[in-house]
Formats: sequence, structure tokens, C-alpha cells
Amino acid sequence: MLGVQLADLADGAPPGVEGALELVAGLDDGLVHGLARLGEGHARALAALADAVAATPLGEPVGDAVEKLAAGSVADAQLTALAGGRAALLGAVHDALVGRLDAALARSRAPWEQPPAPPAATPPPADNLLGGCRSWLRELAITGWRGVGHELVSASAQTLAALLAEPGLRRLAVLLDGLSAELRASCPVATMRRLPVRRWADLWARAVLLSQAGDWPAGPGRRPVSGRLLALGVDVHEHGTVVQAQVHGVLEPAGGAPARLVRTSVAAAKVETIVGPALWRLLGRHPVLLGALAERRSLDVTDLPLLDSGDLVWRDDQARAAEPADPFATARVRLAAALAPPVPPLDRHPVRIAEPVLVEGYSAAISDGGAAVTLDLGGNALAVDLDRLPTCGPLTPGLVAASSACLGLARWDGGGWRLQPLAVQATARRRPVAVHNGDWALGPTDPKVVKAEARAGDAVAVLRERAGRLLRR
Amino acid sequence: MDADGTRWEHRSAARVVPPARPRNLARVPFVELADGRLQGVVSSGSDIRRVYVSSITAGTHAYHCSTNNNRPCGGLRGSPCGHLQALAAEAAVQYGADRVARYLQIDLGDGASSGADLPGRLHGRHEPAPAALVFSRFLRHLAYLELPDTTEPIAELHWFPATGAAG
Repeated sequence: MLGVQLADLADGAPPGVEGALELVAGLDDGLVHGLARLGEGHARALAALADAVAATPLGEPVGDAVEKLAAGSVADAQLTALAGGRAALLGAVHDALVGRLDAALARSRAPWEQPPAPPAATPPPADNLLGGCRSWLRELAITGWRGVGHELVSASAQTLAALLAEPGLRRLAVLLDGLSAELRASCPVATMRRLPVRRWADLWARAVLLSQAGDWPAGPGRRPVSGRLLALGVDVHEHGTVVQAQVHGVLEPAGGAPARLVRTSVAAAKVETIVGPALWRLLGRHPVLLGALAERRSLDVTDLPLLDSGDLVWRDDQARAAEPADPFATARVRLAAALAPPVPPLDRHPVRIAEPVLVEGYSAAISDGGAAVTLDLGGNALAVDLDRLPTCGPLTPGLVAASSACLGLARWDGGGWRLQPLAVQATARRRPVAVHNGDWALGPTDPKVVKAEARAGDAVAVLRERAGRLLRR
Repeated sequence: MDADGTRWEHRSAARVVPPARPRNLARVPFVELADGRLQGVVSSGSDIRRVYVSSITAGTHAYHCSTNNNRPCGGLRGSPCGHLQALAAEAAVQYGADRVARYLQIDLGDGASSGADLPGRLHGRHEPAPAALVFSRFLRHLAYLELPDTTEPIAELHWFPATGAAG
């Protein structure tokens, strides 16, 4: 990314974004207090949301829902319509932001092609389970975040346990597990100094949509591809009971088709006491992928399903590590021309924006006592998201501050763009170094970290031993 | 306002729960702050098949310790046993002593910051509590490790970035 590109990107929010977010914030405030007792201000905010989507296919259900809510009736149909209206607004915000980003970076993106026929209307799996989710989500909406206490949080436990056992509902299960853990840790919510208002409304609304007919497919179309995958970096996602490593890379399809930007993900369930470099051991069933990350090699893949969303469904036995490949070289040579994938309509939300970019030729400044790093790129400031440096990798705020080049993801949250580092080139002890998030995928390489790990013991092994002894008696 | 001028309340990926800090799980494989209690499971030092279920109630600081089959712990003689001490100490490592003290409503006063100080500041009494609920939560906890992996993308996890450990 160049200074002029950053200037284009950061030149105020695209038109309409602020207005759309205000409407979203109106609904989110209602969820703080509970939708069962809407004050006049809340009712007005919901009416404004209904007005905004009036000309769309959502106009009627949302309008109807807002009327009924104002009259004090809170039922599933109304909550679903509200969640849908909110998702549509945030989808529009997403599109405006991605459009701005693509224009600034001159990135070409494949258009979304609506699948020819809607997926066959099979009865949703485990409808009673989905019903259980909806009823918990309804209770949350009625009560409002401020009223959430231990009892309401615990009420989700049984449904959650059953959801987790259902492979077709993994996304909903992972989402609800994350939300309920945050609520549990925040109980009683009434005593919290401040609330994650946007975040909890996001999670609630997403869960409402996913609990209609279960997880929707990540990409309706999937076709096999073969070729060479050059990793750019790995983005790690985690909450108490799950970890996902999502690799961003450039795929050079066999047969000479144009290179594309793709993502490939591997995820595993965990518990909250498994943290840091031990996370990689949970993903150990994908040794070829982890090996390529740790050793910085390209991968030859054969017939992996590629979804319309640009997600490559990983199958470790259909890949093999090939020659060394430096992600910075990949970014310099291949990133600008690679074709970016479209985003499926239901997944359009600003939080999902994670566009790989290479930033260099900046000066890094530390502020706030080391808590913030800003890159100055030709007079334009780009904030670095230091919160997103995972404990399972070697990147530190200090390395970012000392860096001269950064491979990262452009992210948008809370009204601005930020850079999430995936790798840096820096000078440490007067020698040039390159440090990547995935460097420890086969185990930590820093002797100090190896020692600390040994001291803490092998959490995965301890818990597996306990499980083996206690679970099946 | 955050350092970069964005409001935490308006952030989709705002961090709400600090990640657990690494700790050795050998003695106390399971600790949680839930249902109004600090509760957990302590492995017996002498019998690898036996575990103790220990809990301390928030506010009243009533404590209990028994085997998972509800046999009372022999170490409870008018004061918290070694299992309860270990539970409090490991909870302080995992969550930080401040968070544990806040949850249990213990006044840490000045200077107290390690889990070893926590039991001395509890002034509750022994009150039997059923072990079954906590033990079944522990089993559910262990069952996560048996869930199959997935390589289908989980888009929802963009709301859950891996973050640096607290402090």
C-alpha cells in the first residue's frame, strides 16, 4: 500500500456509512435496555430503521415488526426481521468500504454470481435445537443486556451442549458459545462500567439469522482446483473453546488461469486453559499446512474444493510442501495482480473485511506508553491493531515498532481502518529479521518461549489424560 | 476513546474477556468463575482416578470440598483444605487475583495480589454443596477436546480475533 492509496482509503467514511451506522446504533441501544419495554426514543430509532429499508424486500417484515414491538409484542418473527434489517444495513456498509478499498488499491474483485436456483428447501436439521437457540435469544432481547444475570446465561447450557454435538450447526454453536462465555464473565451485566454495545448486538443478530435454518453454506458453489498456493500470512481466531488458523494466500491455478487471492482455514475445539503456542498442537492433524507455514514453503494442492467466497477447503492429504517461498516476495510480485474473491451476501459485515496488504517505506511511531503504534506513510497515518498479535506467534509490539515492512490485513472497525500485522521485516540487534505469525506452527523457536512452555507443562496432554480416565467410566 | 480515537462501544471486535493466562494444569485441571462460585476440580495427589470438587461461593464465601462421588474431603477441619487453597491459587494465576477477588467480593486491600493471599481473606464457613453439577461441567469441558476438527471456514470467528494475553 502506498501513501496515496492510504490517503484515498482514509479520506473520510464513504457516503451513507455514518447514517447507516446510526440506524444500527439505534437498534443496539434498544438491546441494551430490552425490547420488551421500549422507551419513546427506542421506538423512534426502530421506526427509522424500518424507514431505511422500506423500499427493499425487507420493508414489509421490518415495518410490521417495528409496529408490533412498539405495541409490546416480542416474538421470533419480529426479532428475525429486525436482525435481517440490521444485517442489510451493515452489508451495505461493508460494500461501501470494500468498494473504497478496492478503488484505493486498484484491486480487482470477481463479481458475485447469484447461484441459479435457491438451494433445495430441505427441512432444517434439528429444528428443536434451533428452536432452543431462538428462545434463548428471545429472552436476551426481552431482558436487554443490562438485565442479564447468571440464571439467564446458564439457561443456554443445555442447548449449547447439544448444538456442539451437531456438525452441521458448528458455526452457530461456536458463535453462541463465544457470546454466552462473554456474558457469563460479565455477570451481573448491570454492574459493568461500559458495555460492548455494537459487538453483542452483532453476535446476537448473527445468531438469530443462523438459528433460522441452521448454518448456511459458506459458498453455494464449489469446484475443485489444483495449483500452487503461496501463503501471505496466517490470521488466528480464538475464543475460550475454539481456535481457527486462517491462511491468506495467492493461488496460481494449474493450467495458467490468473492468480487469485484465497483463504484456507483449519479450526479445532479447545478449552480456555489451552493458550499460546500450544494452540498449534490442536491443529496438528494438518501437518502439511503447518509445516509450510513454519518453514515458509509453497504448497502444491490437488483438487481442493474452492468456494465462491474464495475459501479453499483444506485437505491435508491433497497437498504437499514444495520449494521455499518468502511471503514478502509473494506479496511484492503477485499480490497486486491477484483477483480478489467476492463476498457472499449473507457474510457481508464490516468485521469480515480482512484484505491482505503489503506496507513498506513508512516510519513507525510508538505512543501511549507502548500501547499504540502508528505507521506514517508519506504523511498519512495508519494505526496498527496491536490487540491482534496472537500469543501463539512471535510478533510483538516492539517488533512492529522496529519494522520497515509489514504484511498485514486491512481491517475496519469502530469507524476507522487499521492494519493487523501478519508478518514484519525489522532490524533486531542490528540484523535484518523477518518474523511471521505462523513461525511457531511446528512449535516455538524462541528458547525463552520453549522454556516457559516446559515450565507450564503440556496442557493438552494433561487434559487428554484426564478425559481418557474420567470421561468413559 | 481508545488510543486511535475509536470508541470501544462501537467496535465489533472489542475485547470483552481477557484470555486466560497459561498455568500448569497438573494439580488443578479445571477452574471456573460461574454460577456465583469459584469452583473447580483438583486431582488427588495419591490416587490418579480420584478427583476433588471444590467451591467457594461469592459473597458469603461458604466453601466445600468433596470427591466427585460426594464423599466429604478429610482435609476440611474448620478451615479450607489444601484442595481449596490450590483452587484459589490456580484461579488467581488463570484469571488474575483481582478478577477472582472481584467475583468473590473479597476486599484485597493494598498489596495483596497473589492467589496465596486469597484464602486468608475468606471468612466463610463450611457448607455442603453438591459436587455433581461442577463435576459434570468439568466433563463437558473435557468433551470439547473430543469434538472433530473442521476445515469449512467459520466466518463468525472474525468477531473473535486471537489477542495478546492480558498484562
